[in-house]
Amino acid sequence: MSHSTKTAHAPAHEAHHSGGDHHDPGFWRTYVFSTDHKVIGIQYGVSSLIFLFLGFLLMLAMRWQIAWPNQPIPVVGGLLEAVLGQPASGGVMGADLYNSFGAMHGTIMVFLGVVPLGFAAFGNYLVPLQIGAPDMTFPRINMASFWSFLIGGLIMLVSFFVPGGAAQGGWTSYSPLATTIPTDGQTYWIIGMVFLITSSLLGSVNFIATVIQLRAPGMSWMRMPFFTWAQFVTAFILLLAFPPLEAAAVLQLMDKVAGTSFYLPTGLISGGKLADISGGGSPLLWQHLFWFLAHPEVYVLILPAMGIVGEIITNNSRKPMFGYRSVVYSVLAVGFISFIVWAHHMYLTGMGTKISTFFQTTTMIISVPSVIILTCLFLSLWGGSIRFNSAMLFSLAFLPMFGIGGLTGLPLGFNFSDIHLHDSYYVIAHFHYVVAPGSIFALFAGIYHWYPKATGRKMNELLGKIHFAGSFVFMNLIFFPMFAQGIAGMSRRMSDGGASYMVNDATADVVGRLAKSVIDANIGISTAAFLLGVAQIPFIINFFMSLFRGEKVTSDNPWEATTLEWQTPTPPPHGNFPGPVKVYRGPYEYSVPGATRDFLPQNQPSRA
Amino acid sequence: MDIPYTVMPRRDTGLYNAKLGIWLFLASEVMLFGALFSSYILLRVGSYPGVWPHGLLNVPVGTVNTLVLICSSVTVVLGWAALKANQFAKYRKIQAITLACAAMFCCIKSYEYYDKFTHYEVILKDGRVIDGHLVEKVGGGQMVDGRRQPPEAIVIHGVEFPAEAKAAGMAKVPLLHNLEKASGHHLEHKEFRIPWSDTKKVQNYGPWHNTYLAIYFTMTGLHALHVIGGALVIGWIWGPGAAMWKTDPERYTNRVEVSGLFWHFVDLVWIFLFPILYLL
Amino acid sequence: MSDNKAHHGHGDHSKTYWLVFFALILGTALTVGAYFIHFDTIFLTIALALAIASVKASLVAGWFMHLASEQRMIYTILGFTAFFFLVMMFLTIWAMQDTPKPIFP
Repeated sequence: MSHSTKTAHAPAHEAHHSGGDHHDPGFWRTYVFSTDHKVIGIQYGVSSLIFLFLGFLLMLAMRWQIAWPNQPIPVVGGLLEAVLGQPASGGVMGADLYNSFGAMHGTIMVFLGVVPLGFAAFGNYLVPLQIGAPDMTFPRINMASFWSFLIGGLIMLVSFFVPGGAAQGGWTSYSPLATTIPTDGQTYWIIGMVFLITSSLLGSVNFIATVIQLRAPGMSWMRMPFFTWAQFVTAFILLLAFPPLEAAAVLQLMDKVAGTSFYLPTGLISGGKLADISGGGSPLLWQHLFWFLAHPEVYVLILPAMGIVGEIITNNSRKPMFGYRSVVYSVLAVGFISFIVWAHHMYLTGMGTKISTFFQTTTMIISVPSVIILTCLFLSLWGGSIRFNSAMLFSLAFLPMFGIGGLTGLPLGFNFSDIHLHDSYYVIAHFHYVVAPGSIFALFAGIYHWYPKATGRKMNELLGKIHFAGSFVFMNLIFFPMFAQGIAGMSRRMSDGGASYMVNDATADVVGRLAKSVIDANIGISTAAFLLGVAQIPFIINFFMSLFRGEKVTSDNPWEATTLEWQTPTPPPHGNFPGPVKVYRGPYEYSVPGATRDFLPQNQPSRA
Repeated sequence: MDIPYTVMPRRDTGLYNAKLGIWLFLASEVMLFGALFSSYILLRVGSYPGVWPHGLLNVPVGTVNTLVLICSSVTVVLGWAALKANQFAKYRKIQAITLACAAMFCCIKSYEYYDKFTHYEVILKDGRVIDGHLVEKVGGGQMVDGRRQPPEAIVIHGVEFPAEAKAAGMAKVPLLHNLEKASGHHLEHKEFRIPWSDTKKVQNYGPWHNTYLAIYFTMTGLHALHVIGGALVIGWIWGPGAAMWKTDPERYTNRVEVSGLFWHFVDLVWIFLFPILYLL
Repeated sequence: MSDNKAHHGHGDHSKTYWLVFFALILGTALTVGAYFIHFDTIFLTIALALAIASVKASLVAGWFMHLASEQRMIYTILGFTAFFFLVMMFLTIWAMQDTPKPIFP
């Protein structure tokens, strides 16, 4: 994207050859093996969008099987059978294939989609710009982080094609199931995760060091844009929460390939007979180590999104952020408390009442700073002069959607109500509300908002609004009925969509059976899922078409924003800022009484 | 384009970038090894009473390894101090000792691993257990239909636990070792030649043998990978990377300091690993 | 200077390093020696082993890694890390201990 409008360094490869000079590193060092944070950000962005798309396709295949169990999948059924063979025989998604699609959908969306897009892509591109730095503190480590991510992602994709198929034990990979399923796919999953975790750790070190060390003169902590604060806290979460999962993954890998019994209890029966293992392990150990990461991970999914929404709402309301200080303290609190709530995912593992109460209490407490942030974002709109462009529409929708997602988390956080709702479709609805019409909406918003800075062209507004309308309607049509399905008792991860639990004449009085209306809702949901896919087409077209035909911006700051990334040439050159940067004010000086314009850039000197 | 504070520290934090970076990385390593130590505690506390093995590891050898790492720790910091005093040649010599210590640590560890992989537990069909070191495997080893043929006989130099000793329900060899120690008995060490057809299960003391060995190999293995990685980085800086001393001596000194910090962390992990795995 | 600390005489530093080195050797000897002492409770054995290890670790961290004279930013980062590590260890242990015990027939 930045390449098409790059005018400065037209390729003159042979001209300068002062070994290792910055003048002309050539095509490969400029666009492929670059250490420039903006290039790396775009690399992450493009890769993660592709992974998001792949994860979406997996989901569509699953939704077909859920709504129309054991019917051949139209159009792609034959392709699946040709590529994967027996698991998709007859073009029908077998139960094992469903499980592997389910596990990989979760893994790909979380680790290869939302986190790389929200944290690595937007963060890499914007954080150095927003703090007035020339690049990240460790550019080469930044590059290593991207390539480690890509290798990890490729390993995950390759796992579909190994004997036995991809990992099938859920994205949560609970042992003993994960390692006793006869497939090498789990081994690939584990090794892929190790690469992804490495990439994350390298990235986190870079983000934290950059924010601490490379803030420009005048850019004090409380003058940083909320987006940068959110990325800073996210980086800390990744730094400290991922290593226990890496340890857990190493132990699970040992179980799978070295015959150890870290997670395999004595007396385990596998395949109808006593497993030939040493025993002595604990399945709960995996759960604790996994959720120790995976809970803070959900804040990794949401915090960059909140940061993006904060920037876009203030900019498109022409108003300062309401309660900036509270929001900053809240995001720090969320990051901190996120480490001590994890076992609310484990209420049904037989934990005693004391420890359950402890985790329930911390879970309730963490909702307070989350609500503070959401409330401040809402209140930032009050009295604003609102500009309803595509970025703003997605950001506005984020607020109630995240609200629904957050509120529906409360019955899950209370252990007594979680007994009924655990592992049901209610949980699926809850977390998808926060991530799909939550985070992903914010990420779309971010693309529409910052596209002009990276490319020099705006995305088409009409296509953007169509994209928004379709996405908003269909997201809700997909996930809202799932709350009802879950409350009615429908379990998650059922490859036939619950059909075998449907009540019939013989079981009319049996508790736990699902009403026909509950099962039939699957049809509406799956239809909405396909239509959601259709609604993304305007976005895909828009994204590529605008590179060549988008309306060119007439200024470096088309949205008239205050933050530093907008005070650079378009696209920003290597080194970012043409001269030394000095910051004079906070990040949201919009509509300041007495000012000549309705915004004051952070680096604009004040009149004496 | 120059990244500021690569060499000169930033005033308000007092740090140069790489020092902050390495401490952040070490924080993540604390969580990594911390999770493994927590796993160790949970597995041990959750084990059946009496089966957790004692005395499987050679304490004198482990002690030597501990002393080797401590030596390398002091040489690494003395090497950096020499560089700060502009004594490059002295740094060169001292850091060579660090690398030699690293190599020695790895050699000793390899010997310990080899010792475990040649230690066998043979459960016979009649219930007796023979536990000891492999002398030789007689015959066998050819590939037939893609499978390796078992030997005709296996010769073990060790002890024999009679069948009755295994009758204690959950009895496992570590339990038998512990019982043997507690009872003051001393089983005779001799050579046993066991025909393969008499065996029910033959397994060496690898990570698959019991949970204690599993966590031992995993933790010391991961630690050893860190030793090797650290030694490679220190070695590169000492060797090919030393050209930077001529062009940017302060940045070079910082690199030595930062890699030294990683090395000290590796030593720190061993300071806890040694008593926990070998002595407790 | 690439180091923010006051310029110490280098001879003094070396002496400290050697002192710490001998303390570590002594600590190792004590650790191995404690192995041969039989305590009444397992708790004391573990407590002593960990205490000696902690002292050795503090010496390495404080003097070899210069933590004793490091910047506040590093202390903050390590402080949070230590807190989260302890949380991970103790809450997990508590969770696995605080379970209703099943009754086998």
